[in-house]
Formats: sequence, C-alpha cells, structure tokens
Amino acid sequence: MRHILAVLVENNPGVLTRVAGLFSRRGYNIDSLTVGRTESLNISRMTIVVEGDDLVLEQVTKQLHKLIDVIKINDITSEQYVDRELVLIKVGADPVIRGEILQIVDIFRARIVDIGRRTLIIECTGDEGKINAVIESLKPFGIKELVRTGKVAMLRGQKFTSISETKEDE
Amino acid sequence: MKMTAAQALIRCLAEQGVDVVFGYPGGNILPVYDAMCESSGIKHILVRHEQGAVHAADGYARVTGRVGVCIATSGPGATNLVTGIANAYMDSIPLVVITGQVPTTMVGTDAFQEVDITGITIPITKHNYLVKDASKIPLIIKRAFYIASTGRPGPVLIDLPKNVLQEKISCSNPSDLKLLGYKPNYKGHKSQIAMACDLIMKAKQPVIYAGGGVIASNGSDILYNLAERISTPVACTLMGLGGFPGCHPLSLGMLGLHGTRYANMAIMESDVLIALGVRFDDRVAVDFSSFAPKAKIIHVDIDPAEIGKNVKVNVPIVGDVKLVMEAMLVRLEEKKEEQWLAQIEAWKSEYPLKYEPSTELKPQFIIEMIREITDGEAVIVTDVGQHQMWAAQYYRAKKPRTFITSGGLGTMGYGLPAAIGAQIGDPGRDVILITGDGSFQMCMQEFGTAVEQGLPVKVIILNNKSLGMVRQLQEFYCDKRYTATIFQKNPDFVKFAGVYDSLGLRVSEPGQLRSALEQALKVKEPVIIDCIINQDENVYPMVLAGQPLSQPVDR
Repeated sequence: MRHILAVLVENNPGVLTRVAGLFSRRGYNIDSLTVGRTESLNISRMTIVVEGDDLVLEQVTKQLHKLIDVIKINDITSEQYVDRELVLIKVGADPVIRGEILQIVDIFRARIVDIGRRTLIIECTGDEGKINAVIESLKPFGIKELVRTGKVAMLRGQKFTSISETKEDE
Repeated sequence: MKMTAAQALIRCLAEQGVDVVFGYPGGNILPVYDAMCESSGIKHILVRHEQGAVHAADGYARVTGRVGVCIATSGPGATNLVTGIANAYMDSIPLVVITGQVPTTMVGTDAFQEVDITGITIPITKHNYLVKDASKIPLIIKRAFYIASTGRPGPVLIDLPKNVLQEKISCSNPSDLKLLGYKPNYKGHKSQIAMACDLIMKAKQPVIYAGGGVIASNGSDILYNLAERISTPVACTLMGLGGFPGCHPLSLGMLGLHGTRYANMAIMESDVLIALGVRFDDRVAVDFSSFAPKAKIIHVDIDPAEIGKNVKVNVPIVGDVKLVMEAMLVRLEEKKEEQWLAQIEAWKSEYPLKYEPSTELKPQFIIEMIREITDGEAVIVTDVGQHQMWAAQYYRAKKPRTFITSGGLGTMGYGLPAAIGAQIGDPGRDVILITGDGSFQMCMQEFGTAVEQGLPVKVIILNNKSLGMVRQLQEFYCDKRYTATIFQKNPDFVKFAGVYDSLGLRVSEPGQLRSALEQALKVKEPVIIDCIINQDENVYPMVLAGQPLSQPVDR
C-alpha cells in the first residue's frame, strides 16, 4: 500500500541526504519525495510517498524519527487530505493542431505558459489521477519533455502537521 | 574573551569533563593539537593508526560509561576511523569523534587529504556535524556530547575545517541545548509496565533475555534484584555478559548461535520472555520465525525502532531499561516456579558446556584458568573469532563493564586498542586481552602505544596459526576446503614483545599456563603470552543455519 508521510525537518545542510540515504540503505521504496520551506524559517517540510505494508511503514517511521534533524512525522494516508502535483509538459504543436491541444488544456483547466514556433509548454496542477490523465491526453501530439514535482499534501480542516500540533485556528 | 575556535574546542571538551583523548595528528587538525599543548587537564594518547584511536576511545567508554573522545586529521585520518565508528554504532557506544577538514574555501575541490567524512559516516553515526561557522563550536560540542550519551548512545562526529579552527571567537557557554527532533523517552508507559508485570506473575516458564542495554543503563544491580525476586533464569547476549553474574545459580550464560544449550532450550520452551535492552540480533535468534515459539514476549528498549523490528512482540515498552525494571520491581511480588527451575537444572546437568580433558593445551582451559586466577575481577577484552566465543562461554563474567568485546560489527583488530582504552579508563584493574593470532595481527602496531604509555595490558594470544572461526565455518559449510584461512607464516610473538623490550612468554602445555599467567600479572607493563593451541579445536555448541536454537551441534 502507498502511504503519504508529511515530515517536518530542521532546515540543516545535509538533511535531504540523511533522509534519502536512510530509505535506500534500509531498502524502502520511495515513490516520490518533495521538499521545501515552511511557514517557519528553520523548518522544511517533506512529503514522502512510500510503498509498503504496515510493518514496513512502522519501521520507516521509527527509523526516520531516529534522525536528529527529523522533528515530526505524520502518516496522513488514512486522514482527509488535499494533495497536489504540478507538471510541465512540452508538446510538439504545429499551428494546425494547436486548436485541439487548447481544447484539452481547457478541459483539464491547465494553462499554456510558453509558445514556441513548434512547441507549447503546458502547466497543470492537480492530484495524481488528473496529472496522469492530462499526460495521456497529450501523448498523441508528441511529448518532447516532461517534468513533474511529486506530491505535496496537507490535512484538511482542523488537523495540522506543525510543531505545535494542538494549536487551534481562531 | 576572544580565542581561536581550536582553543575554544579544547576548553569545551574540558568543560564536558574530558580528561583523555585518543588521536593522531595531521595537517588540517593541527590547530587543535596546537591548542592542546597550552591546555592543562586533557591527556592525549598518541596511537599508531587512527583505527587504534577510535577503538581505544570505544574501550574507554565501555569501561567507564563516559563518552570516549578521539581525534584524527582529514582524508585518510578520517577514513581510518570509519571501522571504529561503525563498531561503536553497532554496539551503541557513546563517542565524540573529531576530524580535521580542508579549509571551507577548498571543500568540494578534491583538495589534498580531502574526503567527505560527514557524508561517509551518515549511516554509522547517531549524528554528525560539518562546522562552517566557528561561533557555533561551543553549542555543537555541547550537543554532540548530549546526543552521544543520552537515549540510545552512539557515536557523533564533528568535522572541523582548518580555517574554521583558526578563526577567533568568543567562547560562551551555550545554555540552549534544545533539539526539536530529539526527545528520548526514558520512563516506560505505565499501563504497558502493568501489563508486563501481570504476564510475569502468571508465567510458568519465564526467562529473562538481557543485553547491552542493561549495562548501558547501569541497570545490572536492578536486574539482579529483579531476577531474584521472580526467580527467573537469565540468559545474556554477548553484549550483556557481565550484566548478570555468570556464576549465579539463575545464570544461563550466553544464548544464541554459540550459546549454552540450556540457555537456548530455556528460550525455546519459555512461556514469557522478558527481553531487556536487546535487539533480537540474528546471531541470537538465528532464525527469527522459530525463536521462542511458545513465549509471549515483553520487550523493553530505549530505541522504539528495535521493538518489533525482527520479532513480533506482545508487550512493547519504550524506555530506559533500568528505570523500567525499577518500575516493574514496585509491582512484582516474589514468585518461584519450582518445576521450571528444576527443568533448567536438569538441562544444565545434561548439557553442560564441556570440552575433553587433554594433555594438550585447550583454549577453554586457558579461559577457565584466567577466570580462576583473576577471580573474575579483571577487565577482559576480546577480539573477534573463536577465542571470543570461548571467552564469552567460559569466563562467566561477573560484573558489568568488565567484558569488553565487539558484538555487532565483529571487528577483528578491536581488542588491543580497546584494551588500551580500557586500561586508561580503569587503571586500578588488571586488563587482559584475549585474542587470536589473526585478530592480533590486525592492530598489533598498537602494542607500541601500550608500551609507550606504560599500560600493563596482558595480551593472551590463542594461537592456532589460522583464522579459526572462518576455518570452522569451512569445516561445516565448505566440505573442509580451508581456503585462505591458514597462516603459513606468523611472526614469533614472543620475539615481537621483545622488540618493544617487553616480556613475551610462550605456553604450549597446560602445566606451564598458571605460572606464566601469574608471572605476567606481577609485571606492571605489557606482556604477551603466546598460547599454542590445536588448529582443529572448534567452538561448541554451534547452531547450524536453518536449525532450531535448541538443537545445536555439540561434541
């Protein structure tokens, strides 16, 4: 089963190496890992999608906790959450077929962010299913280049993944 | 007051109570050495190879319970520490390891003697630091000692670029130790402890399985009280030896692959297994799926990641082993399962540890003689191999921190430098290294360190002119094809002692042993005793791969 972990880490040099290295040396499978700053200056947040049964997940979580730089780990898989990915796709787009591509872009509420003489760059955000669907739809036009971010995710409503977990919004 | 960062470093070490460091100098660590000679109170032990420094710091830490400190330069100095760091990590030994690094402006340029030691040691340290901001040194030193010595102990490495060491800083005493992501849990969960105690009170065939955590938490006395209160036999892991007196009637000796048959039978028949500061290592369980099949397992450990890692546990308790045992003692009443204890006694007399009495010098006899002459009051240090197992089986260690051995990593060459560290940590005791001719030759250059420092370490070499443990594996698993395990040429170890102007003795018959040992122990300087033993001698019992713990090969 795939699990989504929201992990808060101290923003120290090497923290990504520590986390990524732990996964590879203990033989855990990472589907995706994203990392970026948070509302606090010295804290970064990783969203890690990891494949494994409950036993594996228990070990992953415990081993991650042993890293001094890891502050908090939240397995949000079974909770209500919002998750998003962003993709940039460069498609071959001769002027004659651009109309067709524009329609697809419209349907997925994606955006054109660059127009070249023979190419378009399309930007799309959404959950994994939507991103996969837009990629499938654009394949026939010839995808020249593709980059996606991996998942970021956040709990809905009154639940938080933050240092002061109990903090309620007013 | 302004001082160089190197001077601040020395001052911070002194503030942490460090009075001895083990090290080897070099270009990039030079500012630290320069600062050391101005300081008083910290003694530096110059070793012959950096591996010796880290093992010595490790031996020092095991004997004293304090943090061991070692220093090396960048590049090869740092990489030579790697084995020793991994060794300490596997056995949860608190170390602070200090390495020099090329100047920050040169980092990443493949400069002379540059190596990414923080990158290399991520998997084998509890934490590590590459210091780029000199003003942070006091804070980092304080944190390093805190991390190394608390929770599940382990090595912490601090990498110090040369220019950072030369910067002038004001050495303040940082008060803020706060680490957002590091909060070890010491007190076990109350209701879990209650559940464990209920289980113990109802148990008909309980066994205690005690490991290095008992010693690390200084919980040996409490374990003694616990075992006696509930009259429960105690099997120790290699790391746990000395955590419970080996000659106590409730002692089962060591369990596992080369454990006593009665310890392993007790484990396999137990209905409640009380696992204290252990990690169900593969050399203990041999086969995880068939380990203690009838038992409900209570597992106490400070590291939550160890609980449920290899074996399914019924009552997990995360906490300091000593504190949890104390909490258990409050609840546990006296009990005694007579039938079970009678069964244990029957196993003990039916399957004792034994070797054939012989006119030739037997390794087991040597260990028993050492035990007799020292009355178990010495610090025994071992290397890795057959001699280590014979020592574990026959020495019957009496007290915690007196049986020093490389458990998890199984590092040949560990013994001599660890014995040096042990002797410095406990100058009042006899320190006896039991080693093999293979292991000894891996770090024998450190004999020079022992002689130079005037350390009366006694080196007992069980010399079978081969790599006995591997040879034994070849006998069982490779149809006696002894590839690359026989030494065609060994040095004369008696002469080797002689070149350092030390005493060397050779023992080849049982009758010579006692007087040789007594003579060696009278000498207040290092002595080597070269004991010639038979190549065909094996360690028994031995559980073969795929066999249950209770059915070892025995003689």
